[in-house]
Amino acid sequence: MIQFLKLLFRNRLAGLGAVVLTFILLLALLTPILPLPDPDITATGDRFMPPFSDGHLLGTDHLGRDLLSRLMWGTRLSLAVGAAAALIAAFIGSTIGIVAGFLSGRTDNVIMRLVDMLMAFPYILLALAIVAALGPGLINALIAVAAVNIPFFARNIRGVTVGLANKEFVDAARLSGMSNIQIILSEILPNVLPVIVIAMSTTVGWMILETAGLSFLGLGSQPPQADLGSMLGEARAALITSPHTSIVPGIMIFLIVMSINLLGDGVRDAIDPRLKSGALSRPLPATIVERKETPPVASDDLLALQDLRTEFHVGDRTYKAVGGVSLKVNKGECLGIIGESGSGKSVTALSVMGLVASPPGKIVGGAVSFQGNDLVGASYDELRALRGDRVAYIFQDPLSTLHPLYKVGDQLIEAMQAHRRMPQKEARARAIELLDSVRIPNAARRVDNYPHEMSGGMRQRVSIAMALANEPDVIIADEPTTALDVTVQAQILSLLDDLRRERDLAIVFITHDFGVVAQLCDRVAVMYAGRIVEEGPTAAILDDPQHPYTKRLMACVPELGGGKRELHAIAGLPPAVDRLPQGCAFAPRCEFAQDVCRQGEIKLEPNGDRAVRCLFPDKVSQTEVTS
Amino acid sequence: MNALEVKNLTKTFEVGKTLFTKGQGVKAVRGMSFDVRDGETLGIVGESGCGKSTLARMLVGLLPPSEGDIQIEGKVQDKANPREFGQMIQYVFQDPISSLNPRKTIRQIIETPLKRLHGMGKAERSKRISEIFASVNLREEFLDRYPHEFSGGQAQRIGIARALAAAARILILDEPVSALDVSVQAQVLNLLAELKKEFGLTYLFISHDLAVVEAVSDRVMVLYFGAIVEVGPADAIFKHAKHPYTKLLADSAPVVGRALEAPKQKADELPDPLNPPKGCPFAKRCIYATDICETTDPALIEMGEDHFAACHNPIKG
Ligand SMILES: Nc1ncnc2c1ncn2[C@@H]1O[C@H](COP(=O)(O)OP(=O)(O)OP(=O)(O)O)[C@@H](O)[C@H]1O
Ligand code: SF4
Ligand code: SF4
Ligand SMILES: [Mg+2]
Repeated sequence: MIQFLKLLFRNRLAGLGAVVLTFILLLALLTPILPLPDPDITATGDRFMPPFSDGHLLGTDHLGRDLLSRLMWGTRLSLAVGAAAALIAAFIGSTIGIVAGFLSGRTDNVIMRLVDMLMAFPYILLALAIVAALGPGLINALIAVAAVNIPFFARNIRGVTVGLANKEFVDAARLSGMSNIQIILSEILPNVLPVIVIAMSTTVGWMILETAGLSFLGLGSQPPQADLGSMLGEARAALITSPHTSIVPGIMIFLIVMSINLLGDGVRDAIDPRLKSGALSRPLPATIVERKETPPVASDDLLALQDLRTEFHVGDRTYKAVGGVSLKVNKGECLGIIGESGSGKSVTALSVMGLVASPPGKIVGGAVSFQGNDLVGASYDELRALRGDRVAYIFQDPLSTLHPLYKVGDQLIEAMQAHRRMPQKEARARAIELLDSVRIPNAARRVDNYPHEMSGGMRQRVSIAMALANEPDVIIADEPTTALDVTVQAQILSLLDDLRRERDLAIVFITHDFGVVAQLCDRVAVMYAGRIVEEGPTAAILDDPQHPYTKRLMACVPELGGGKRELHAIAGLPPAVDRLPQGCAFAPRCEFAQDVCRQGEIKLEPNGDRAVRCLFPDKVSQTEVTS
Repeated sequence: MNALEVKNLTKTFEVGKTLFTKGQGVKAVRGMSFDVRDGETLGIVGESGCGKSTLARMLVGLLPPSEGDIQIEGKVQDKANPREFGQMIQYVFQDPISSLNPRKTIRQIIETPLKRLHGMGKAERSKRISEIFASVNLREEFLDRYPHEFSGGQAQRIGIARALAAAARILILDEPVSALDVSVQAQVLNLLAELKKEFGLTYLFISHDLAVVEAVSDRVMVLYFGAIVEVGPADAIFKHAKHPYTKLLADSAPVVGRALEAPKQKADELPDPLNPPKGCPFAKRCIYATDICETTDPALIEMGEDHFAACHNPIKG
């Protein structure tokens, strides 16, 4: 709650809205006990007195009634009617939305078509029709305003409910023996309530305005009772001669509606979970760099990460996602990075081209040298010229690179034309050639497909084609086959392998599967808690892992052909990277841990063409995994 | 006795239905018949969209079958009613976090089946919850927290605890570890093995990871395009596959020490569910296909000890 208020007031306008609204609400509440004259007493002799007259602070209206008093009572009434209309509309609309969304199928279809029909009428016409049918009067105006707002709630809440009704926890509740009514009340409702509150806070302002509109037309509150709309209506005739009678209620309506809408928007933003992670603004086009030490001298490898460190700063916490990673890859090589979720694999990959979301991400140390130039210090223009041209990415979800609304061919053409000028015809021919090279059957026809017309495996091949479009030197593939079926995975892996042999590509391949690493990668780096714990030629590491984590991780995963068996789990969880323990990060889970492991920094110790970050690699190497 | 007997189970979804027009029927499950023996773990594998989840949802009564019967522990179930099924058969979901209501405490979640399915009183419930929590290795202090405070592995234990609370003896595990990290996967798989021994449970273990299925199952059933193409003992089915599709799966799995090469297939497109082929649905991809495969859908027949396959030209050996 406190955090919510903090977020809310960080938005200045919302804070202003809250202050103004609170003030108006207080006044409205206090009206009956304030020493105000009766708002309905007429004194024709005192007509149209200007503001600041004796006894009438805001003057009087065409019947000599005290304007201040009428304004206060009118505000009170308008607020009450608007709020009541909002509550009624929210209650009925949400009920309809929840029922339709939850029951789905035919009931949903019928209800929503009816709601659509209501929405197709112009708003104010519908309200007028309702009041015309019921007769003028404040209550009828209230009903009309509530009624025209019901479809808005029904639509919104139905959408949210459909999403929830398909959630697994609803199925689980059914299997736990709950009835439909119980599920609606205890599983669905608590989850849609925040949405209902937001919808109300953003519409109540308009509903007040709409009721005022009906009163203005004489269809709402009836004389002598004052609400803001009828005050305006009555003042219309004297707009030129005594403008203050119009201006006073006008300003009040303006203040109320503005403050409610500003606050409503603020509430909506403050509840948005994306804001809580600290990303208040749109991420920058390139990751912020704040290096304290001088960066290391660029190496002459094709791509080399040198002691790279990337952190996330959220609130007062610092997540050391990448804590000093050094890697290199050369032409025609494939380097595997293996590790569990949260070990920093993806952030390492994204840091290369400054793609880590900033804020909250920041590169705080080290360098990325590409063909001898440091990319971490490079300008955005330099990075942009290299992104997708010399260094290309393939992500786990092909839809994150493919736009759903454009044909795949056009997207390939755009990817090429972004980096070099090419006539349309030639680009199209090249797009077909690319699709062909990633073995998409009938490429000439497929080039005009939209992404949704392709299977998951085919989409992933298109994103590989995108990555290849400009014949890059390096491809960074982040779990590109994890979401795919094994048969498709086998095809994609062999495709990548052929491509690197044919085109001398360098590949950085991120995965959590040792089988994949074994088949595709020459070298492998194992990451744990943001650091490399072991690195070397794949065969050597798989044969004789020297870090306890590598060894245990390999024992965790069953291999096909081993028959029914018990697996060797690693007890415990990886440490959170904002609270790394002293010394070795694996120590709490390590069977070899000694006191020395928990003190001071443990180095990644090179040993021939491999390296390991452990004090007792020999012991690890000689011990069988048991338990 | 068999824990589960399924005969000719079929599910047809209507797609493209509007208020006034009838949709087109898509068969997601095309006449499956199989038994699950008491106390065994039956693994179920197949590509995405082959009908694994649809089958599972029918077995727990979340989805009414279009045709066929389900018999659970000798009792015929003729109406899909999750409340009635829930006491005999439970479901552990793929995504552990989204299977827990974010606005309920863990205690409220685990209590529900005890209250609604077994009508237990308050004192009895809290005693039972303690027992269950001890058996899934979770600390009782977790009970009053909310789901977002847990890691995937912990959340999956909570999901398992809920299934245990229903006191069902059959558990359907729909990809129970595929959302978890490998080191945690093994923890959960081992826990499942212990619980099975302790409570004499029967498992249906759905997964796309062949190695995991092989490691935990007694028998394995391979699905393709909504039908069973092969079922047999776990230690033989991948090593001595009879059906060309099973062989393709086994050869595609990445294995340390095997050269990288995509196994041979003629094409890689799945059949169109709106326009299903007349003969064997695998024929377009199958390198063993002959003329008869184009015209006749093969039946599931016995081809070895406890080993069945649906193929006109089964692989020898
Ligand atoms: N409600 C539905 N309406 C129409 N078609 C459906 C519906 N639910 C599933 N299907 C279709 O039925 C087929 C089987 O789906 P199912 O979810 O059972 O597959 P699955 O084997 O569990 O796949 P995955 O491995 O991706 O979870 C698919 O073609 C799917 O598109
Ligand atoms: S340094 Fe010590 S605690 Fe760390 S992995 Fe090696 S033996 Fe285990
Ligand atoms: S029936 Fe024919 S097409 Fe089908 S799997 Fe067997 S050999 Fe292949
Ligand atoms: Mg599924």
